Amino acid sequence: MSNFFYSQNLVGGYGGENILNDCSISVNKGEISVIVGPNGAGKSTAMKAMLGMLKLSQGKVFLDEKDISNLSPQDRVASGISFVPQTMNIFNELTVKENLEMGAYLRDDDLYQTFEEMYSLFPILYEKKEQVAGELSGGQRQQVAVGRALMTQPNVLMLDEPTAGVSPVVMDELFDKIIEIKKTGVAIIIVEQNAKQALNIADYGYVLVAGKNKFTGKGSELLNDSEVRKAFLGG
Amino acid sequence: MLEIKNLSKQFGGIRAVDSVSLEIEQGSITGLIGPNGAGKTTLFNVICGTIEPSSGSIYFRNKDITGIPSHQLFYEGILRTFQIAHEFSKLTVLENLMVVPGFQSGEKLMNAWINRNKIKEEEKKIKDKAFEVIEFLNLSHLSYELAGNLSGGQKKLLELGRTMMVDARIVLLDEVGAGVNRTLLNEIAEVILKLNQEKGYTFCMIEHDIEFISKLCSKVIVMSEGKVLTEGKIEDVKKNEEVISAYLGRSGAV
Repeated sequence: MSNFFYSQNLVGGYGGENILNDCSISVNKGEISVIVGPNGAGKSTAMKAMLGMLKLSQGKVFLDEKDISNLSPQDRVASGISFVPQTMNIFNELTVKENLEMGAYLRDDDLYQTFEEMYSLFPILYEKKEQVAGELSGGQRQQVAVGRALMTQPNVLMLDEPTAGVSPVVMDELFDKIIEIKKTGVAIIIVEQNAKQALNIADYGYVLVAGKNKFTGKGSELLNDSEVRKAFLGG
Repeated sequence: MLEIKNLSKQFGGIRAVDSVSLEIEQGSITGLIGPNGAGKTTLFNVICGTIEPSSGSIYFRNKDITGIPSHQLFYEGILRTFQIAHEFSKLTVLENLMVVPGFQSGEKLMNAWINRNKIKEEEKKIKDKAFEVIEFLNLSHLSYELAGNLSGGQKKLLELGRTMMVDARIVLLDEVGAGVNRTLLNEIAEVILKLNQEKGYTFCMIEHDIEFISKLCSKVIVMSEGKVLTEGKIEDVKKNEEVISAYLGRSGAV
């Protein structure tokens, strides 16, 4: 396997029954992998497992040909993996600028350049940089969350339902931004329920059912697969 | 059925809802759409009595309900779901549903001695109903799981399930579709239609999924910056230039 970031045969859960039952996800630099599937399939859990937030009974995670299965989540972040959770992904009480600074917590070099990059990728963040993040609208908050995650200059960006609850026009905007980020060479994994739109921009798609890989293929292949469409994409 | 007149809600210097007037007809399914931060959820909160309006009034079946707290409105038949699920995380899925119906005999301590059979019968009925709802939502394997352990989307389904436990007159759905798998969402759409046609429920739903809205709603109201921007049939609203630039964008407008 020559993938940049991948997991192999993950098995595990939060105690009690296993949520992941032999699940493997991979992504390459400058590519987007999308995970779709029914509610409770283990999509978010798979992502958390790759970040090291889940106790695994089986399976391994590799980054750049190194086995990182035993690294703590904070060490994985330090080695270049960034994560945007589904909810509670920003500091509501802090300003936009402070949120970005918190994202760069692990860095001790000069942040000026990275701030410039964030502000040009998300102009709204520059406009609102002194505003408390909790006062922003849903779409703007998501941009803060993604911006915060990018402050570590990661090689891998994982997004858990970035477009849940945002308006259609903001969804398009967010997907456009994600494509821009991908073009800078970042490997991106996205969990999405807006699966059609997400698979449209995906290089690779994974359909997860009951913690297992059910279908895997190019984004366009899955979109055109009638079985996948009917069972998971809403026809 | 529900009539709102000049309703405003001010938070400090911000008018989250700005003199909104609208009407929801009995037996209709009305969509409430608009950009993030338009004041849609705040409007729901005011209608449901969670927060008091700064000015204006709300009439439900020709009765002034302005400022009536939400637990009383529940018995008038006004039900809602939350955008961010409000489950009882330490109760099981089954229990979460079983606590919904009000005035259960088991709530009175004395009945534990003098009316045991009545409690049993009642709880059996409620339990059967709860299992029915659980099965419908594809959550059967999770009946005895603590609700706090559900995935984000499953919690949203539980939100919807709660409104199916009692007979409602109007149900306000706050982004019931966000985070729910599209195939299941289609099934939910069918149930909403069924509740609407067979039981006469009136629905008002905040939703960003235009396909879902188009399928269900006879009328949509578009809000922006606290005000009603426009209202009408979805086909007409989709052609409205203002709506396209503020909300729909290129993919929503097709």
